[in-house]
Amino acid sequence: MKFSRKTQISSEIPTASMPDIIFMLLIFFMVTTVLREYSGLPVKLPKAKRIEKLKSKRHTSHIWVSKDGLISIDDRLFTIEDISKIMYDKRVADPQIVVSLKADEEAKMEQVSGIHEKLRDADALKLNYSTKTLVN
Amino acid sequence: MANKKRRFKGGEIPTSSMADIAFLLLIFFLVTTTIDTDKGLGIVLPPAGDVEIEIRKENILNCLINSRGKVLLDEEPTPAEQISKIVGRRLRENDKLIVSVKAHPKTAYMDYIRVIDQLKMADAKRISIANSE
Repeated sequence: MKFSRKTQISSEIPTASMPDIIFMLLIFFMVTTVLREYSGLPVKLPKAKRIEKLKSKRHTSHIWVSKDGLISIDDRLFTIEDISKIMYDKRVADPQIVVSLKADEEAKMEQVSGIHEKLRDADALKLNYSTKTLVN
Repeated sequence: MANKKRRFKGGEIPTSSMADIAFLLLIFFLVTTTIDTDKGLGIVLPPAGDVEIEIRKENILNCLINSRGKVLLDEEPTPAEQISKIVGRRLRENDKLIVSVKAHPKTAYMDYIRVIDQLKMADAKRISIANSE
């Protein structure tokens, strides 16, 4: 038997469509990246050194408190009395919920402690005071 | 004048480096995108309901904040930067120490955070937040 060696097969990887594939990846990442789901209130967060990261975004719920005393949850304004009901519903839906309090540095403590009380009533006990990193 | 017409030699855009350029863009965006993570001071609130717990007086360190952000630590006016040092020393003397933070209703949130941050720096695990009435 005689084997004829095939020499005509080109051994090159076709690279012509490579840019297309990579552009597609780029566009995929650009489209799927969600930058922010809600805008909240304009707050100037206080700064702190000993900060810890919140573990997951999924189990986090934000309460925004502006320096004028406005309270916003999920882009809707609420009064302080509404908080315990909303937070109770959220906690029932997700028992692991962590409340992130995004309060303005000029907000007053009476409001913050009012929110503490409402969160205790709602049994949402894990609280995180959202801050920025203090750089010396 | 010799106005010789040049023969057109099939123009081509070099596409071999296109992949590199696209990769570079991809990597640039991957690196520069910061997914803003939430960070802050974590705290666990006590459950609802007034549960009175008897605590011996020597295990409590009172920390009062007035409306102007001045701190009174165990009856002593203390600059905010020194709280962690003092609390740290007190914690080494007595590991059952509970720091009770009480803020005036008109205290700015910023001053309160500064105190909580100092307590965290001193590794105070037991922080009690009293209601500002």
